[in-house]
Amino acid sequence: MPQIEVRGLAKTFRVAERLPGLAGAFRGLFHRRMRDVHALDGIDFDIERGELVGYIGPNGAGKSTTIKILAGILNPTSGTCRVDGLTPWRDRRRHVSRIGVVFGQRTQLWWDLPVIESFDLLRDIYRVPPATYRDNRDRLIALMDLEPLLDVPVRQLSLGQRMRSDLAAALLHGPSLLFLDEPTIGLDAVSKLAIRDFVRELNRDRQVTVLLTTHDMDDIEALCDRVMVIGNGRILADGSVDGLRRRVRNERVLVVDYDSASEAAMLAAEGEGVRLVERDASRVRIAFDPERLPAATLIGKLLAQGTPHDLFIEHPPIEQTVAELYAEHDMRER
Amino acid sequence: MKQTPRIASLPPAFGSWRDIRPLVAVVSARYRTLLQYRAAAFAGFATQLFWGAIRLMILAAFFAAATEPQPMNLTEVVAYVWLGQALLGMLPWNVDADFRQQIRDGTVAYDLLRPLDLYSYWYGRTLGFRVAAPTLRGIPMVLFAMVLLPLAGLGDWALIPPASAVAFAGFVGSLVLAAMLATAVTLLAHISLLWTISGVGVDRILTVLVTIFSGLVVPLPLFPDWLQPFLNWQPFRGLADVPYRIYSGNIPPAEIVPELVFILVWTVALVLLGRLILLRGVRRMVVQGG
Repeated sequence: MPQIEVRGLAKTFRVAERLPGLAGAFRGLFHRRMRDVHALDGIDFDIERGELVGYIGPNGAGKSTTIKILAGILNPTSGTCRVDGLTPWRDRRRHVSRIGVVFGQRTQLWWDLPVIESFDLLRDIYRVPPATYRDNRDRLIALMDLEPLLDVPVRQLSLGQRMRSDLAAALLHGPSLLFLDEPTIGLDAVSKLAIRDFVRELNRDRQVTVLLTTHDMDDIEALCDRVMVIGNGRILADGSVDGLRRRVRNERVLVVDYDSASEAAMLAAEGEGVRLVERDASRVRIAFDPERLPAATLIGKLLAQGTPHDLFIEHPPIEQTVAELYAEHDMRER
Repeated sequence: MKQTPRIASLPPAFGSWRDIRPLVAVVSARYRTLLQYRAAAFAGFATQLFWGAIRLMILAAFFAAATEPQPMNLTEVVAYVWLGQALLGMLPWNVDADFRQQIRDGTVAYDLLRPLDLYSYWYGRTLGFRVAAPTLRGIPMVLFAMVLLPLAGLGDWALIPPASAVAFAGFVGSLVLAAMLATAVTLLAHISLLWTISGVGVDRILTVLVTIFSGLVVPLPLFPDWLQPFLNWQPFRGLADVPYRIYSGNIPPAEIVPELVFILVWTVALVLLGRLILLRGVRRMVVQGG
């Protein structure tokens, strides 16, 4: 049985529309026009125990709404959802004691207290047995390199330090499921790598199921075997990162470097399934469809024309893939 | 999918006993946080000293001009005033700025991520907030009024020791109950923020209600006789009037226990009311999303 089972989940918010200007504000006092916003428009998915799933989509697509419903702090308008056999918003207290949640935009630590006191407080709130707590705490402190930060009040931490502390805090009670909502937002490269390494190890060594939302496609490429794309409240794609690429555009780019520009200029790259992308001094970039023309055949043809000193194949960057998918569904930020 | 509130199985007033350990942790966390603000404590001490002196002078003038015997003597009134100044922070006259901020930016919904009964969790936070200020400001104030004033030759204006050992025990007991009542009232104000957001109006109404009806402006026994029946039954007198008069012996030992029961009953009633309103607030929160 999947750990998370979501069927037909929908969430509609009612928002009051304000008419512009003073007259509009005045009219709003007596009569408010309500508008329905469909944040989620019936989504379905399963997540198996131990999966590490990326969840992406433009701002306002419904990512955070999904996470909030799965975490039990928001009720859906319709649809069902089972997490480890529980309905999050009905069995809230039991459910939240088994999951960990990190919101990159906001800390869940006690702002004015030192990190270690927040940890101790969480031990009491989650009723973690002392021995389990000591094990988890010491392991997390070592893994996230938190030792020097323990006595610092949370408000004095840098964003990267805060994020590491927040991640540790979400795992003190040993949850088997972790929701990460934009955990790398605003972080520098080193901090991002630390967070990624940590999440990967957590998933691999401890079999913690992770659902991760992000705008950073490097997070997805570095971590996720599976990615779900949401837009306008619907799941648009769900599968492997490679599958997503293939679905949008099955194209790779062969980059060929020659010793001189004149050699590069002589290369002819035309034919079935091949397209010249650019010719720049001694470098030539050729786009090809590997299903119509296998890479080996293409390379064979090139070698017959001359001897390049280097050649390699590029994947299209996932950003481009995702942007094209968004464009295909005419998604804009709402 | 609407979740119907289960009013039939209303939880016990303070949640289950399993909630006690987290609750204590939450109280102490909020308490420790507020103890960090030493400058605010010092400023508060100075302000309350000033107000205490003014109140004493006004009441003393009143007593000097009075022609009939009053229900309290001046020594009891002096004790009433100093205790009021020392314990002002414990009165539910304002809302926790931390709470207001959390409600304004919507992050208050994240409190639902904790495996706690929400009312108990917030009760703990509010209790920590309520009792932090009086420990910081109250102890120096008592030392000042009890020790320093007699040394300075102003013994007539000093805080007398408790009337008796029984009065002192009754005072401590009533103070504990008063803190619980003050927390229940403050928490009602906090919960109301779920609807009003800004909390400025709530603050003002609370300040007026609490300072007048707890006895902080004028000791309640000095109000006109026709108001006494009302004053005797309203909850706010449990916050200040009752403990201070038990201390000075104005409420005799025989009446202490009924007075403690009085505070307890109001506390339980306001806790149950708070729970009911919070239930509706949470429904709104989980439907509209923070």
